[in-house]
Amino acid sequence: MLKWVLSAVLAACLAAPAAAQDGPLRLTITDGVIEPLPFAVPGFQAETAGAEQLAADITRLVAQDLANTGLFREIPSSAFISQPASFGAPVAYADWRAINAQALIGGAVAVSGDQLVVKFRLYDVFAGTELGEGLQFAGTTQGWRRMAHKVADAAYSRITGEGGYFDSRVVFVSETGPKDARQKRLAIMDYDGANLQFLTDSAAIVLAPRFSPRGDRVLYTSYESGFPRINVLDVASVGKQQLTTAEGEMAFSPRFSRDGNQVIYSLANGGNTDLYRTDLASGAHTRLTSAPSIETAPSFSPDGSRIVFESDRSGTQQLYIMSANGGDAQRISFGEGRYGTPVWSPRGDLIAFTKQNAGRFHIGVMRTDGSEERLLTASFLDEGPTWSPNGRVLMFMRETQGAGGSSALYSVDISGRNLSAVPVQGAGSDPSWGPLQP
Amino acid sequence: MTFTTKALLVLLTLSTAACTRPDRFGGGVNDGAANGAGAGAGVTAPTGAADPSSPQFFAQTIGDRVLFEVDSATLTAAGQATLDGQAGWLQTNSDYLAIVEGHADEQGTREYNLALGARRANTVREYLISKGVPSNRMRTISYGKERPIEVCSEESCYAKNRRAVTIISVGALS
Repeated sequence: MLKWVLSAVLAACLAAPAAAQDGPLRLTITDGVIEPLPFAVPGFQAETAGAEQLAADITRLVAQDLANTGLFREIPSSAFISQPASFGAPVAYADWRAINAQALIGGAVAVSGDQLVVKFRLYDVFAGTELGEGLQFAGTTQGWRRMAHKVADAAYSRITGEGGYFDSRVVFVSETGPKDARQKRLAIMDYDGANLQFLTDSAAIVLAPRFSPRGDRVLYTSYESGFPRINVLDVASVGKQQLTTAEGEMAFSPRFSRDGNQVIYSLANGGNTDLYRTDLASGAHTRLTSAPSIETAPSFSPDGSRIVFESDRSGTQQLYIMSANGGDAQRISFGEGRYGTPVWSPRGDLIAFTKQNAGRFHIGVMRTDGSEERLLTASFLDEGPTWSPNGRVLMFMRETQGAGGSSALYSVDISGRNLSAVPVQGAGSDPSWGPLQP
Repeated sequence: MTFTTKALLVLLTLSTAACTRPDRFGGGVNDGAANGAGAGAGVTAPTGAADPSSPQFFAQTIGDRVLFEVDSATLTAAGQATLDGQAGWLQTNSDYLAIVEGHADEQGTREYNLALGARRANTVREYLISKGVPSNRMRTISYGKERPIEVCSEESCYAKNRRAVTIISVGALS
């Protein structure tokens, strides 16, 4: 089994007071058994009149972000022995140690007109010291959720030593209607389902969107021309245009390169599907595979040098890795069943996939050489994993069985823990998780 | 006029004749609820199913679809017999164009099923060409698993969803 340790970055605290009892703040996950780290978030203080509601909402969202990871456990305020006197006042560490709060988050909120300022400090209770510097985020009151996510990202990042993922968005396909008359629209939302916006109407089938690495554009397959073609959509303006691909009867399965300057995709010609690459600036097309089999669902390695994709050249869907310029491919999946939709982790260490075996679907991960395969989920139909920006969580779609079947978005962490439904308004499929927002 | 443009016109034409293509977009009588179902009401093809040169006759008597085994694009003997009939009809009724739609059941990933549907549609197109239908009268499209006609999650439904459907269009090649 995978063993990994999330250890706190405590650069400032390594020379910490000898009084620290249990060493630095630390999260350990071993063999899928976790002891969630207990934290306390006293209500953020309202520093201006009228900021009380926002302060309360932001406090709740910070706590929710952290607790929903499954890595942290919130200590209810009813257990608190004391409250901080004010933001930045000396901390009564003994009071927090007594209730076993390992991390303490303090915050303050000030509102002026539609301007919002959120301040944040994180304390390592048992070390008796502040963890990192205080932070301040400024924005508008409408953007309060993003500011709460940024506070939670900072806390997560300081405690685990990894990047956060709360201030991020997901583009997906919003679905309505019965199975045999389904309507699909492109939609975008915060990672937690809030701030849902539609990007297309339902005039044509849209499938499998993919964010650009910076999150400013979205690639997807659309039938609006009557045939499957690739569109590029600008998220800010919602303007879209068809990508000029190499010539083919059908173009689909598009993904951006890691620099956002190229698109790789599948092109079907004469019933044969191969992978192609188009350079967005020059419009030059390169054919990457030339096999009589189906080659689709490509994904770049983080350094852009390799592509993992699926092919049925062996007779069934399996995963292969080749150079980003094409050429020979190495098969990496060898277990029972069929493997599809490989997605390279942003950390580079794992490939997530959909596995179909014995009438069930699974989301799984394996190392890039195909070793250490682990299945994280099982259901009638789980499909299409997408990585959180820090490579710790996967979101995917789960479709239920039968005439009334419908799709929903789920997330699971890469240890297989914390499987949970993403609270999306309505049915959804084909999620693509965007980057952490600037 | 490019082939693409003509194909679009063909599609537009098709979308005004929903009753001649019960398969397309999941039924044609479901309030046009699915993406792309269009405003299908009102216009029907000029002649009825009794007329051997009508698209209805093609769909109902000749048979507009062939079915496939799981994850296969190989024609069955029954499928070949149906396509022999389609080829004969298309040669007799040379004013019509055809779009061959490939479909898959829900047991497969979305993008793979798009490719599988393309493979199925092309198998039908190639067979029809081999029986004398000019290639420039046909075009293929895949819907993957996006347009099932049967909604249960059992083999009885899957078998009907793994299909290639030949859609006849009133149109002329210029």
